[in-house]
Amino acid sequence: MFRNLKPPGSPRALRWVQGIAGIVAFLILAEVIGLFIPTSVLPRASSVLWQVVRLAGNTGFLGDMGATLEAWVFAMLITVLIGVPVGLFLGSVPGVRYATRAVIEFLRPVPSVALVLLVTLLLGENLRMSVTLMVYGAIWPVLYNCLAGLDDVDPVARETMRAFGFGRLAVIRYVSLPSSAPFIATGIRIASSVAIILNISAGYLTGSLGGSNIGAYIADLSNGPGNIPTILAATVWAGILGVVLNALLLLAERRLIPWHRARFGVGQESAAASTAVTDSAVADTAVTASAA
Amino acid sequence: MGALRQLSRIGRNLRWIRPWLVLAIAVGLWQLWASGHDSPFFPPPSVIFPQMHQLWFSGPASHLFLTHDATTNVVPSVVRVLISLGICIVIAVPLGIALGRSATVTAFLSPLLEFARSIPVVTAAPVFIALFKFGTQEELATIVAGSIWPLLLNTIDGASSVDPVQLETARAFRLSPWQRLTRLILPSSLPKIFTGLRLSLSLSLILMIFSELVGATSGIGYEMSNASNNFELPAFWAVLVLLGILGYVLNAILYGVEKSSLRWHRGARQGVQ
Repeated sequence: MFRNLKPPGSPRALRWVQGIAGIVAFLILAEVIGLFIPTSVLPRASSVLWQVVRLAGNTGFLGDMGATLEAWVFAMLITVLIGVPVGLFLGSVPGVRYATRAVIEFLRPVPSVALVLLVTLLLGENLRMSVTLMVYGAIWPVLYNCLAGLDDVDPVARETMRAFGFGRLAVIRYVSLPSSAPFIATGIRIASSVAIILNISAGYLTGSLGGSNIGAYIADLSNGPGNIPTILAATVWAGILGVVLNALLLLAERRLIPWHRARFGVGQESAAASTAVTDSAVADTAVTASAA
Repeated sequence: MGALRQLSRIGRNLRWIRPWLVLAIAVGLWQLWASGHDSPFFPPPSVIFPQMHQLWFSGPASHLFLTHDATTNVVPSVVRVLISLGICIVIAVPLGIALGRSATVTAFLSPLLEFARSIPVVTAAPVFIALFKFGTQEELATIVAGSIWPLLLNTIDGASSVDPVQLETARAFRLSPWQRLTRLILPSSLPKIFTGLRLSLSLSLILMIFSELVGATSGIGYEMSNASNNFELPAFWAVLVLLGILGYVLNAILYGVEKSSLRWHRGARQGVQ
């Protein structure tokens, strides 16, 4: 993830080994620290790990994880179908973006967790409620990254198209969209992690009454005593889900927009010079760069 | 001709009004729509704004017109967000710079960090409740644990992408490690640090509300869950609008700080081009 840090000539295998060594070292350290802390306060790393393994065979938990995944799929589809066209519209029609800025800046910071209660009252505790919240939270990174991507379009290419008599739509289709696709893809990946967090928070807040998902599973567990290792294990699975979905999206991104790597992967220096950094943690730059 | 130019200059200076005009129009449309539908779930602004005034700003002049409710719920929430951000900065910036300057350590830690970032901290809420004292301590722990990652990861990236030529130059001029840190590494990581800080800010607002919804006896989230339990929808909407304003103001302050401390950055970038 920290591309610049890669020591020159370091093979991929070495990085894998180092990463796994890091994880193992962390687990051993946690276990050793756990020896000195009563398990009622902090469970041992080994008992959490054991629960992680056991949960993988727990059909109830697997069903809840499937429900989270289902909500994620719906929410991401809606987010992309709304966020990208709206972002392209706001970014390509001069004036509209500036004019709507205040409205967006007031809507964006309203934490979607706060909307759980309202949406629950309105829609009841079900999949629609969860998906609505996920879309509200996930749409902002997509929208902002669209705008940032459009800001980054080479004006010469755009003007050249216009000079050759192409219309506004053609310019969007052949220049703006391909050139901002890497940004949009990053926005979608950020949106994905936001969507999972919201699904789980909503489930945790409404409990298993609101249908099953990982959050509801944990809310149920937290009512009983001595469930901390299982709760942590479910949390670990939620984290794994996030990592896997992120990796899948990254893979899709590389397949669908190969020019992305050609543009940013090789010319590292130029990528660093513009704000167009595309790695997961860092690409959030785009989100904020345009918020200014 | 001169008059026209002057007019257009006035027009340009008034450009900043347009977003606010659109906002006012949106509020007006909402008013029209809501009073037409009369839905209990969507009260019109003419109900929400007086509610906000009554809830928070109808206090005595000696308290700056803030009500008891404002000082017991709104102020503590804002303070919690600010303290958490402070804790995040104190932990993440030194740690991030140290990690960013050490490629080997980061190679060992990067999968762990990537994983930690993906963990939705809300699921760990029961654990925090068990670990920390119920109340402010537990809330601060939740907010920090959830919002520190963008700041940490961005700081690592900022510190690791310092221009090597500049580093070599600093070494050639025999700058001490401390001077290199304060004159070169820290300033050149600052843009990334601010980016991380902005993301951490919006996350910390979300987690503030979440931690107050789950278990608290004061705060904006507590007030919100009370309002919704009693089906007091105007009060609920008042809290929502307050959250929007709060987020806007905090973002604007951070943007102001960023702009003034990064003034050199924009200039340097333009100089390159």
